[in-house]
Amino acid sequence: MSEKCYVARASKIAARMLGDEMMIMLGPESTLFTLNDVAAVIFNAADGATPLDEIVADRVCSEFDVELEVALKDAEHVVKELAGHGVLLVSNEPITQPQRFAQAAR
Amino acid sequence: MASLSTVSPASNVVIEIGGFPIRLSTDDPAFIEMLRERYAGFVTSGTNAQIEFDVMLAPPDAMLGNGEVRVERESGQWSMGRGDFEADWNPRAARGIIRQSANPYSLNSVLRIVHTLLLAEHGGFLVHASSAVRNGRAFLFAGASGAGKTTIARLAPPDVTLLTDEISYVSRQEDGYHAYGTPFAGDLGRLGENMRAPLATLYLLTKGTENKIEPVSAAEAGRALLENILCFARDGELVQSVFEAACDFVGRVPTQRLTFTPDARVWEMIG
Repeated sequence: MSEKCYVARASKIAARMLGDEMMIMLGPESTLFTLNDVAAVIFNAADGATPLDEIVADRVCSEFDVELEVALKDAEHVVKELAGHGVLLVSNEPITQPQRFAQAAR
Repeated sequence: MASLSTVSPASNVVIEIGGFPIRLSTDDPAFIEMLRERYAGFVTSGTNAQIEFDVMLAPPDAMLGNGEVRVERESGQWSMGRGDFEADWNPRAARGIIRQSANPYSLNSVLRIVHTLLLAEHGGFLVHASSAVRNGRAFLFAGASGAGKTTIARLAPPDVTLLTDEISYVSRQEDGYHAYGTPFAGDLGRLGENMRAPLATLYLLTKGTENKIEPVSAAEAGRALLENILCFARDGELVQSVFEAACDFVGRVPTQRLTFTPDARVWEMIG
């Protein structure tokens, strides 16, 4: 992910904070995910307009005691995994129409 | 969907579960009589049905096999089947048709599916749990097969009213969640009482060597509840409703882990 990377939440998911954990339900397969703290921050900030490196620098590094380079590597791994499950959409350009990107990514 | 005019109902019965009266009509009076006996306690007067189903009875060898349950929505109409039954239901028209042989098990499955769909629209759900009422409050005991749902129901003392030992009916009302009795019996082989009560606690069942109650996190409660909620349809909108309902439920109803040994003393900790 050396180019600019933009992330957005997929449209066909439901997400809720239960206690201090972020729960995500991906339908219609009823697949349930629980996000760790870092993944939840990235998920919440994934608006399709903010590059991932900015999310990591402004949100992750400010909330967790972690070096930017390490955090970015971890974030890329998290994003790749969540995108693989269809929870996040990833693009090298800002994502303005999540549903179209979701279909294009498959 | 077959035309409803193909059935000339000679008999009908209204079965009310969770406050939803459903009329089942067929031209076989013996089948209706069998349903009256099987669902005794849940049969109500024939004037108040909210949903109408015509039941077309097929020869036993025409509807064979179990297979996987299929529940789909198309243009607002639900279609469901499993090999031993096929059914269509139009919620807007509040009418549907069921095709099955003259056995109670297929119909029981259709009713379960229809009630999961009805409840999802109102923030409720069916859940793999036994449930009971004590001192005017309802308690749910959730768990997978073998977790002890029937065992804890069997151990209940006389002052406890059993709602079900298998499938609990959870309805969201203005004043909170209520549990209703159901005719969906498990190994106990006994219908629940047709009554309702406000839900006090959800217990996640575990068999152990002693009786104890422990707190669980909201996330753990949500995960456990979602694992046990009945959701037959692979329908994104419905799945989202069920997810929201489960999350809302664990935010409002205390959830605890109940580890118990098969001994009636466990009920000293409940209610």
